[in-house]
Amino acid sequence: MARIEAEIGKPQGGFMKWIDDRFPLTKTMKKHVTEYYASKNFNFWYVFGVLAMVVLVIQLLTGIFLTMNYKPSAAEAFASVEYIMRDVEWGWLIRYMHSTGASFFFIVVYLHMFRAMLYGSYKKPRELIWIIGMLIFLVLMAEAFSGYLLPWGQMSYWGAQVIISLFGAVPWIGEALVEIIRGDYSISDITLNRFFALHVIALPLALIGLVFVHIVALHEVGSNNPDGIEIKELKGADGIPLDGVAFHPYHTSKDLVAIIVFLMFFCAVVFFAPEMGGYFLEHANFEPANLTATPEHIAPVWYFTPFYAILRAVPDKLWGFILFGLSVILPLFLPWLDRARVKSIRYRGWIYKAALTIFVITFFALGWLGTQSADPVYVRAAQFFAIIYFAFFILMPYYTTIDKTKPVPERVVYHD
Amino acid sequence: MTTQAFALGGETDMAAAEIDRDNINSLQRGAANFMNYCSGCHSARYVRYKTIGKDLDLSEEMLIDNLMFNAKETFETILASMPAEDAARWFGTPPPDLSLKARVRGADHIFNFLTTFYVSADSPTGVDNMTLPGTSMPHVLWELQGYQAALFVEHESDGAVTKTFEGFEQVIAGKMDSEDYEDFVRDTVNFLAYIAEPIRSDRRKLGVWVLIFLFFFLIISSMLKKQIWKDVN
Repeated sequence: MARIEAEIGKPQGGFMKWIDDRFPLTKTMKKHVTEYYASKNFNFWYVFGVLAMVVLVIQLLTGIFLTMNYKPSAAEAFASVEYIMRDVEWGWLIRYMHSTGASFFFIVVYLHMFRAMLYGSYKKPRELIWIIGMLIFLVLMAEAFSGYLLPWGQMSYWGAQVIISLFGAVPWIGEALVEIIRGDYSISDITLNRFFALHVIALPLALIGLVFVHIVALHEVGSNNPDGIEIKELKGADGIPLDGVAFHPYHTSKDLVAIIVFLMFFCAVVFFAPEMGGYFLEHANFEPANLTATPEHIAPVWYFTPFYAILRAVPDKLWGFILFGLSVILPLFLPWLDRARVKSIRYRGWIYKAALTIFVITFFALGWLGTQSADPVYVRAAQFFAIIYFAFFILMPYYTTIDKTKPVPERVVYHD
Repeated sequence: MTTQAFALGGETDMAAAEIDRDNINSLQRGAANFMNYCSGCHSARYVRYKTIGKDLDLSEEMLIDNLMFNAKETFETILASMPAEDAARWFGTPPPDLSLKARVRGADHIFNFLTTFYVSADSPTGVDNMTLPGTSMPHVLWELQGYQAALFVEHESDGAVTKTFEGFEQVIAGKMDSEDYEDFVRDTVNFLAYIAEPIRSDRRKLGVWVLIFLFFFLIISSMLKKQIWKDVN
């Protein structure tokens, strides 16, 4: 006993040195936490990355507990969800956190992506971070889509029916492709089982892997900031960027405040409006999947509706599918579409500011239209906004070139 | 049939159910109504008697004596007395499970459904419904509400005759006047809204404490942040 105490009681380098000789713990902590310098003028828009991580953790943890009681079978799935909601201790809380988490995941990810568009975070040297981020977004969409089938409600079933059948539009291999995805001639128990496998194992693994790489890439080049200045270019005598502060304790303490504010919004929904007026949990999904009765109005969950509106706006099935895919993929090319010499919107001209504003309005308009029925007037409106959506990307090389930019200062600027 | 045209279309046409979800007495009456008038044909297969007893302040004896007509143990769920196969044969479609009906349709819809049955010679059940035209459900509550007829006014414009619904007229009186009947339906709908999500009232109570906790945590974390950042300029 005395000997062990003597070992531990050594003044310095004892246990940590033992670890560091075998694993780069201190080195890693320094590189990524205590000596990772990020701009000190981060604003509101810079919290959504860490919030996305928080939601990811919420989804993983609640997902584990849901899996303990959920039954991935067409005969039992719906009843097992109600069992979780009514009979499992705190099951309702776990389920509402998971269903609310799905929507909040997209809210924070959309805001995170919008931040990149505000401050040019996708521009050189951060193109790869952006591409990895877009891959995360695609996997997230697949994760949300596969997860939505699992409660086996009416909207789970018919929503999946509509989206999966889209692949039938692919020439030659369409029908075969649809069968491969479903694993059956219609959406069935088999489809549910494979979607469960994808949702709880394959896609979360891909998600975690991509998030890891996203952060490694970010820490290699360093974070952008609201001024779009490379803070590494101006270092003090100590080798620390003049405008940078350490991730810990500075940014961590700031992020903690953001996380709590986020949790307040999150809990307000979980405890007071888990259905969120039918947007987070659709009313029709409280009815078990019925293969013989189509719901009056099939609409995907809100986070897919901007793209769904584009899909419906195109009369031709194949072109609808192509433009739908393109609308999801196009942001991936932003680093090369955007030719502006400055990163941040603070130093851009009026043209980009106007274009981005119109783009935001368009995205919301398409999102709303996607939740509505395919009334001819709405389809017309969706066509109009779809053209603007694509124009924003396709004309970008042109309007970002002619847009007049302002000179970028050497040091970061504070704005209230 | 043209009944579709008379359906109370948008939500604006519907009367509000005006249920009070925190009113235990209303829920208790609703539970009794449900067991007496609904559970013969309709199940609520995700709902346990035990849960109802706990949430509505009903003892085990009260559950057994007053609510459990075809169940022995309080942990059982509410199953319809009528076999589903017979029901499907008699009504053409099996009476739906009511566990989650209020979450699918909303309380207002059910309230309007139960108050807008009217006599119709065209229907095999002798009644049709203004909220859900063509329903295969008979007017189970006729004893209480009596029978009402729907009044239509015919308009002629450009040679085409269109009918508009003008209101109901009592044809056969029931045991209750219309106000009492609406209260009866209100209690029943309240109970349906309760069984659709029995945890609702608990989660809202807990939510208040969670937000209060987070608010204090927010103050402390803001102070921490300020302290740490005080040297940065």
